[in-house]
Amino acid sequence: MNVWTIILLASIAVLALKLLGFLVPAAWAEKPTAARLASLLTVSLLAALIVVQSFGSARGFEVDARLPAVLVAAILFALRVPFIIVIVAAALVAAGIRAFL
Amino acid sequence: MTGAQRAVRPAEVSAAIRSSFAVGLAVAAYGISFGALAVAAGLDVWQTCVLSLLMFSGGSQFALVGVLATGGTAAGGAAIASAVLLGARNSLYALRVAPMIGPGVAKRLLAGHWTIDESTAVSTGQPTLASQRAGFWWTGAIIYVGWNLTTLIGALIGDQLGDVSQYGLDAAAAAAFLGLLWPRLKQAQPIVVAIGAAVVAAMLMPVLPAGIPVLAATVVAIVVGLTNWWGTRESDIVEAEPDPMGER
Repeated sequence: MNVWTIILLASIAVLALKLLGFLVPAAWAEKPTAARLASLLTVSLLAALIVVQSFGSARGFEVDARLPAVLVAAILFALRVPFIIVIVAAALVAAGIRAFL
Repeated sequence: MTGAQRAVRPAEVSAAIRSSFAVGLAVAAYGISFGALAVAAGLDVWQTCVLSLLMFSGGSQFALVGVLATGGTAAGGAAIASAVLLGARNSLYALRVAPMIGPGVAKRLLAGHWTIDESTAVSTGQPTLASQRAGFWWTGAIIYVGWNLTTLIGALIGDQLGDVSQYGLDAAAAAAFLGLLWPRLKQAQPIVVAIGAAVVAAMLMPVLPAGIPVLAATVVAIVVGLTNWWGTRESDIVEAEPDPMGER
């Protein structure tokens, strides 16, 4: 698959999922298991993506400047610092460590 | 209703529009980080912009470029699957939003496209039908325009940067996922799932191709979700609520 195929397939599928919700009876929204599954699926994917993005490398698993950057981001999120500032701070921590160590 | 009455905007509608701006502008701003990260992952500026125009769901977009960044086009199937699974919650949002939109195919198509965490959160938080509608359409419009503009700006910036890791953009991507996850960790059940999924992904990373560990980690959500381990009756309701980044 080339990049365009991946982008278009994924975009159409995500859009179709949104439209699906407009087609089925509203009572489905009240099903607690469906709501819980959708919510927990989101949580599990995001948690796994954090790990892959923090430690992923060509060799599989690697600890480097990304780990302190993510830890700083966690502290800033806990302090309710706005998203965009935390992202920039995380980038600066990793860039700083790579530049000076 | 007379023309004079219609010209006066009810207080609830004004409040809904104010919420839309507060949430929408804050969220639109982080399109910059998406644009830069997408280009860093190997997409060109056009591909990055098409994602924001067509997919228009932040978590799914970050996931798609995140998996492509680590696995390349060989991980295309896993990248699509990650984006689609993360978009599954939008179906449930659409169920809740659909009654306030009313009939009309074109209107429902556009509403479907704009059904995301933030438009759902703002609209369902309003007291009257008129203010729910205002909250949905204003939030959707502000974020759609803002997200696509900032995606373009971010992609153009990312295009100029070159070496990704020198600027810490790989760490920024991890922090972005953390920021999307953070507001969802208010109860025991999602915290348990997050930790379990992180452990599964970490253990599988050295042995499975890129993208697969992320998908495998969803087993934790499915098991806990179906059995409702660590769950409470209230959590069924609370966890279904989207939590917009803009409220932080």
